[in-house]
Amino acid sequence: MGEKVLMKGNEAVAEAAIRAGCRHYFAYPITPQSELIEYMSRMMPKAGGTFVQAESEIAAVNMVYGAAGCGKRVMTSSSSPGISLKMEGISYLAGAELPAVIVNVQRGGPGLGDIQPAQGDYFQATKGGGHGDYRMPVLAPSTVQEFADMADLAFELGDKYRTPVMILSDGLLGQMMEPVDFKPRKTEAEMEELDKQHFDWCIHPNQDEPNRHHHEINSLEIDPLILEKHVIHLGEKFDKIEANEVRYEEYKLTDDCEYLIVAFGTAARIAKSAIDELNVEGVKIGMIRPITVWPYPYEAIRNALTPKIKKILVTELNLGQMIEDVKLAVEGKVPVEFLGKVGGILFTPQEVKDKIKGM
Amino acid sequence: MKTELICSGFGGQGALTVGKFLAKAGMQEGKNVSWLPSYGPEMRGGTANVSTVISDTPIASPLVTNPDILVALNQPSIDKFGPEIRPGGLMIANTDMCPRKLERDDIDAIYAPMSTIAKEIGSAKVLNMVAIGMIIGKKNLIKYETIEADLTAFLKKKNPDLLEGNLKAIKKGIEIGQNS
Repeated sequence: MGEKVLMKGNEAVAEAAIRAGCRHYFAYPITPQSELIEYMSRMMPKAGGTFVQAESEIAAVNMVYGAAGCGKRVMTSSSSPGISLKMEGISYLAGAELPAVIVNVQRGGPGLGDIQPAQGDYFQATKGGGHGDYRMPVLAPSTVQEFADMADLAFELGDKYRTPVMILSDGLLGQMMEPVDFKPRKTEAEMEELDKQHFDWCIHPNQDEPNRHHHEINSLEIDPLILEKHVIHLGEKFDKIEANEVRYEEYKLTDDCEYLIVAFGTAARIAKSAIDELNVEGVKIGMIRPITVWPYPYEAIRNALTPKIKKILVTELNLGQMIEDVKLAVEGKVPVEFLGKVGGILFTPQEVKDKIKGM
Repeated sequence: MKTELICSGFGGQGALTVGKFLAKAGMQEGKNVSWLPSYGPEMRGGTANVSTVISDTPIASPLVTNPDILVALNQPSIDKFGPEIRPGGLMIANTDMCPRKLERDDIDAIYAPMSTIAKEIGSAKVLNMVAIGMIIGKKNLIKYETIEADLTAFLKKKNPDLLEGNLKAIKKGIEIGQNS
C-alpha cells in the first residue's frame, strides 16, 4: 500500500486494472466514462499493454473476446447505451466461458438518455441483457476506493469461474474524486503465473508447455445433446457462484432496528447520510447494501427480518428494479416501499428521511 | 467534524480547482475527502460547480445541498446557492463578478474584488488561490503549509514564477480572511 492519491473513479478503476494485470483494453469513448478510456490510452502503452480505441462498442467487445480467448486479462468499458451494444458480445463471452471485465458507468436512459448518474441498467446487468441462459457476476461499488478494488476482484472472479464480470458503476462514481489506496502492481513473475493458469483452455503459442494441445474457443454448438450438457455445466457453475460469491455490507444494522433500507451503489451512499441523521433523531434504522447485485444477498435480507422490522425501504436511481429482488427475499413478510429518482437526478438525504418518516 | 463546500463560478474561473486543492490538502492532512463536479454539456463561460466534503469521519453522500462554505466567483453562484448556505455558514464572494449582495444576516459573508486582486498579483488565473487563502484565513479547514508544500512539489521545477504568484495570492487571501 502506497500513499493515497486523489483520483476520479474512472481513472482509479483503470489504474487498478493495470495493476491487476490487465494488459489489453478495447473501448469506444462515451460520457460519463471517457476519463477511463483516456487514462488507458495514456497509461496502457506505458505498461507495455495494448490499447485500441475501436471503431464501435461492438468491435471493442469482440476484441475483448479475442484477447480473452488467448488467456489474457482484458477489459472494456462504456456507459449505458454503449453497454447495450456490447450485450451480444457479453453473451458470447459467457457462452464460450471467457473471463473478461466490463465496466458500466451508468447514465440516464432509456435510449441515449442523458449523461447524469443513474441505475437504470440493473435489470440488464443482473437478469441477462444478452441472449441465452447465462448469468454474470455484477459488482456494484459505492466509493471510488471500492470501484478501484473491484477491478482486482472482477479479474479474480473472472479467472476463477471463467466468466465475464461486470462492474456496475454510475456517472457520479466515475466523475467524483476521492482518495485511493492502490495495491502494488503485479510483477512479471506473477503475470506469467496468471498466463499459465489459462493454458489448459486458452489459445497460446507456447510450444514448450506440456499440456499444449488444440483448444477451440467457440460459443456455437449445433448438436443439441452437446449444447444441453454445456448449458447444464454453465448452470452448475452459476450455482457455485451463488453459493460462494455473495457480498454485501451491513450498515448500522442492529437487532432493534425498526426500519431497513436496501440500496446499492450511489443510492446507498446517499441513504447512509440519511441513516446517520435518523439515528441521531432516535429512529432505529439500518441498511443492507448489496456489493454483488448478482449473486444477490437474498439470505442476508431474510436474516435481517427480525420481528421488530416494520417496513423496508428500497432506494434506487430508477423506477424500481432491485426492489423485485428485495421482494423475492422478503416473501411478503414485511411491506416494501420504494423511493426512486430518474433522468439522472439524485435524491437528497433529506428526501430519504422524509420518506422514512412518512412510512 | 465535517465541512461541506460548494465552489461555483463561470467555466474557466477555477471554481473546480478551488475544490480540488482543498480536497487534496484535506487528504494530505489525513481527512476523508470527496470532490464531485457538476458535469454536462458545459463550456467556457458556462457555470460550473463542485461539491467538496472534508470530514474526520467517512463521507456518506458526496452531494452537498446545504453548504457550510460557499465560494461564489460570479453572481449566478450567489443567486443559486446563497439561499442554501447553512445558518452560521460562510460565503466568499468575488465582487468583481457579483454586483448584488446576498441578503442574509445569519451567515458570515466576505466580499472581495478577487479578479482585481489576482490581476494585481500578476495573473487572473490565481483568483482561485485568493479564494483558497480567504477560506484558510477565516476557517480552520486546512493549513497553509499543506497547500504550500503541494504547490511547491507541483510547480517548483516546472514553473517557479507561477509558484511565487500562487503563494502570494493565497497569502493575500489569508490576510483578507483574517481581517474580516
